[in-house]
Amino acid sequence: MRENLHRFFRAARGVGVHVSPAESIDAMRAVSQVGFSNRTILRDTLLLTLAKSQDEKLALGDCFDLFFSQPEPRENEPEAGRNEDASQSADQSSQSGSTSEAGEGQPPEELGPLAQMLLSQDRNALAAAIASASGAASLSDIRYSTQRGIFSSRILDAMGLQRLRDELDELTATNPALAERLRAALDALREMVRDTVSQGLALYAREEAENLRNEILRNAPLARIERRQVAEMRALIRQIARRLRERYSKPRKRQRRGHLDVRRTLRRNAAWGGVPFLTAWKRKHRDRPKIVALCDVSGSVAQVSDFFLLLIHSLHEVVDDVRSFAFSSHTIEVSEILEKKSPEEAMAEIMSKVGFGSSDYGSSLVDFEKDFMSTLTPQTTVIVLGDARTNNLDPRADILRRISERSKRLVWLNPEGRLAWGFGDSEMPRYATFCSVVRQCATAQQLERAVSDIVATYQ
Amino acid sequence: MAEQKPSTAIEAVESGLAAQGYIASRQIATAVFLSQQIEKPILVEGPAGVGKTELAKAIAAWRGKKMIRLQCYEGLDEAKALYEWKYAKQLLYTQILKDKLGEVLGGAQTLHAALDQLHDFGDVFFSKEFVEPRPLLQALEQPGGCVLLIDEIDKSDAEFESLLLEILSDFQVTIPELGTVSAITPPTVILTSNSERDLGDALKRRCLHLHIGFPEQRLEERIVESRVPGISQTLRRQMVGFIHEIRSLDLKKLPSVSETIDWARVLVLLQAAELDTDIVKDTLNVLLKYEADIEAAAPQITTFIAKAARSNVFG
Repeated sequence: MRENLHRFFRAARGVGVHVSPAESIDAMRAVSQVGFSNRTILRDTLLLTLAKSQDEKLALGDCFDLFFSQPEPRENEPEAGRNEDASQSADQSSQSGSTSEAGEGQPPEELGPLAQMLLSQDRNALAAAIASASGAASLSDIRYSTQRGIFSSRILDAMGLQRLRDELDELTATNPALAERLRAALDALREMVRDTVSQGLALYAREEAENLRNEILRNAPLARIERRQVAEMRALIRQIARRLRERYSKPRKRQRRGHLDVRRTLRRNAAWGGVPFLTAWKRKHRDRPKIVALCDVSGSVAQVSDFFLLLIHSLHEVVDDVRSFAFSSHTIEVSEILEKKSPEEAMAEIMSKVGFGSSDYGSSLVDFEKDFMSTLTPQTTVIVLGDARTNNLDPRADILRRISERSKRLVWLNPEGRLAWGFGDSEMPRYATFCSVVRQCATAQQLERAVSDIVATYQ
Repeated sequence: MAEQKPSTAIEAVESGLAAQGYIASRQIATAVFLSQQIEKPILVEGPAGVGKTELAKAIAAWRGKKMIRLQCYEGLDEAKALYEWKYAKQLLYTQILKDKLGEVLGGAQTLHAALDQLHDFGDVFFSKEFVEPRPLLQALEQPGGCVLLIDEIDKSDAEFESLLLEILSDFQVTIPELGTVSAITPPTVILTSNSERDLGDALKRRCLHLHIGFPEQRLEERIVESRVPGISQTLRRQMVGFIHEIRSLDLKKLPSVSETIDWARVLVLLQAAELDTDIVKDTLNVLLKYEADIEAAAPQITTFIAKAARSNVFG
């Protein structure tokens, strides 16, 4: 049973529950207290010791149910009923009468253990044999759905399929009725093994498959993502946000301590005649990031802006203050829309207001300077996300210069590759002179790095 | 205890808590049972008012142990949670003992010799007598064990969590001047959190994680029954059903168990025999704590009462 628990821990890691060795030891100790007899108590125990949040509890609960549900031999299989039907069901005896006469009573002694087991229809023994054979075939190493065949045959081999085949060949000549029964039972067995392997795949391969998919997704260009992947991408972006939050939300106190605060020290120690028993220290003031995001939502860049805004707005713990503006030909503030509505609704609303026009950077910058220049302080990082394709209109780079002068940093994220900058109507080189940093930002990975760098400058 | 079957032991926990007026679900009882068996703290998460703090009180009352409560807040530090030196007392004693000190040190010829003698006193002024134990240290020093409730841990700073780690895993604290203080009897530790911020993994790893959500209808009826004995069965069913309907709305703050109990008390005081639109309208402010929520729920009241009454008939 200990072996089973270990496999369960692996399955738990597969569904995304973080199980460290220390936690598995604790879970073992807890399980040894409650035993295996009562399944609900066992389930509660594992949920209590392993899961660390409500989401993990749900995932782990599903995993538990899947793990401890053994695939049963199908009831409607002809030979599943055959053993009992002689004594119980009258209507079935007519259809299987011929075989039960031929197979009468116990199977012949000279057959191998597997054949014995199949003929006697001992379900528990069969399930146990499959379980131990899948252990021998190390089913828990299964990773991809294409491996199902090889694992099935490995398990069957481990159960002694070869011997059964030989016996079948023999029996076909000597006792055809029994051979027929055995063959049907073998088919049922194959089915059981196939179910076991599928279950194993669902349990153990999830982690691998998910990692692979996420890896591909992280490096896929955001602008050309397929519609069905958008939801997955959003989940990935949330994951990134969580990672960034964890990394940056807990600054170390030690670093914040500055010089001795003489005034506060004296005041605090007034009771002891100014003898400084308790010291008070100044704290270095550290800003949390203030971000002004200016996003192009014209056709080509809209998708990237969408993911970018989602990321920035899920960083509440790390970022003090985010104001977001969207533009294609004119600029509006979208912070409130993004805060109040779900990501899907918010993007739809933003798009209906300013989206999908042809971009005009010049007039959008004029709008921004006129209405929102006051949002910039010397602590603000301004992030502009756009491809800088102005459709040959006046780029108004002078406004960008003023923005850059008023703010701490000006970061430009461009979804296009560097090679395309400056060609056609791209004004990137002209804008780039006023930016502190210019980066390409086409994939989720680049997006993560860019935002991580921006937040890190404040630490 | 060990020979006892776990399921019976868990039932014993359940009935023990019930005797204190705390109706626990099977999961809660399992958590309490396990925390006792493998000596691990329980981290209880869940929305406000589902009885996280009550659980600790009930355990303390059931086991007949003292409950020590540490309310967390931003800026809580070692000096307020763990221990503090009694500075004033130290100062006073040095003043009183001044002459004595002079006597003792009088024999020394050089400054160096005086210093050596002074060292011989050891740490007179940094001994147990001058330590002011705060809740965490108090909990370790209880000879008969106790229930330590660390309330709303999510309100404290991240640094404070690290301070707790030693206590939670080994039931001991280290005071630099005195050494390590171990628990005489390991206390039962309950931490509660409203998930205002994510707790660190190190802390979570050391605890059993228990999530208490809103109870199911049956369970909530039993809770009301035990807390507000004067309420009739029909009214109880109706009001719990009504509250379950309210929880399906998208509100700022959903009514939780404590609100249910308050409302039941109010209804008993008003001598209501059953729910009707008027009485619900008049007492809705007991359930809902925001004006916007009340406005959102008001138009639905009649439908909800009807639904609750219907489920009453069939349920």
